[in-house]
Amino acid sequence: MNSATVRNLLVRGMLAGLAAGVLALIVAYVLGEPNVDKAISFEEAHSHEHEMEVVSRSLQSTAGLATGVLVFGVAFGGIAGLAFCFALGRVGRFGPRATALLLSGCALLTVYVVPFLKYPANPPSVGNPDTIGKRTTLYFLMMLLSVLLAIAATLLGKRLAPGLGTWWATVVAVAAFVVVIGLAFQFLPAVNEVPTGFPATLLWRFRLSALAIQAVMWGGFGLAFGELAERMLNPKPATVANKRAVPAAH
Amino acid sequence: MAQTVAQPTATTPVVMPAKLPLKAIAPWAVFFGVLMLVLLYFVGAEQGATSVFSGTDVHEWVHDARHLLGFPCH
Repeated sequence: MNSATVRNLLVRGMLAGLAAGVLALIVAYVLGEPNVDKAISFEEAHSHEHEMEVVSRSLQSTAGLATGVLVFGVAFGGIAGLAFCFALGRVGRFGPRATALLLSGCALLTVYVVPFLKYPANPPSVGNPDTIGKRTTLYFLMMLLSVLLAIAATLLGKRLAPGLGTWWATVVAVAAFVVVIGLAFQFLPAVNEVPTGFPATLLWRFRLSALAIQAVMWGGFGLAFGELAERMLNPKPATVANKRAVPAAH
Repeated sequence: MAQTVAQPTATTPVVMPAKLPLKAIAPWAVFFGVLMLVLLYFVGAEQGATSVFSGTDVHEWVHDARHLLGFPCH
């Protein structure tokens, strides 16, 4: 029974992730792709070596982009669905829908925004290929650190809640998270590989569009998954119309 | 008097939703959690810093998604 509930929530998480991925894909195509194209034009104008195209630009910006964004949505949707199973009834007096939105808001912040503040998204031509190993390690380390600290902060808040009350326990937990993340920002190595002459406005717009993709992805996921979970866990009592219809059937 | 106390709880339920037992979640979380992380690895990092498959086909195919989703690409 409980195992079936977990399975159903996992499936709904992946479906909601797919739906959120479709929304994010639209944003990525409309807002993101023009910036990617401009960045590639800059790269071509400033590089002397011409690389052979393995996958054409028209495929990369459509089918390739769709593959990446949708798989990302489904995978994070599944993980968030499982995280929801842990969170439900354990984080506070929130129903399924509110728990889902709270969870996806926290996921947006910890999985994306916090790592982004230290190691923001970069368009093509920003980034030295020789440092890809270091940059990948740092990015995933920042992501892992942020998620683990958020879990630790939640546990801290729960532990403090009986003594301080929910409000101040939450304030202290969030403050602890911010302080430790601030220390990590301070001590982890900086990455700054923007080539000279790269347009600052293009970099800014690219990063804003990257942020918009994630905001739509997680916002859409929270709303879609919340609705699915709510309907599954708290089936609606018969509406007035249904109540009238039932005796009429007899 | 008893009714006036009982009424608010009936109109605004503040019931904690039932917890799902950790034993029921664990097998799903372990198996599917790992599977989902493998998917994310292929979208976010394969043929960049590390490679399971040789070549650059996977990297080039998800190139735009990798940049726009914020992963270090190249």
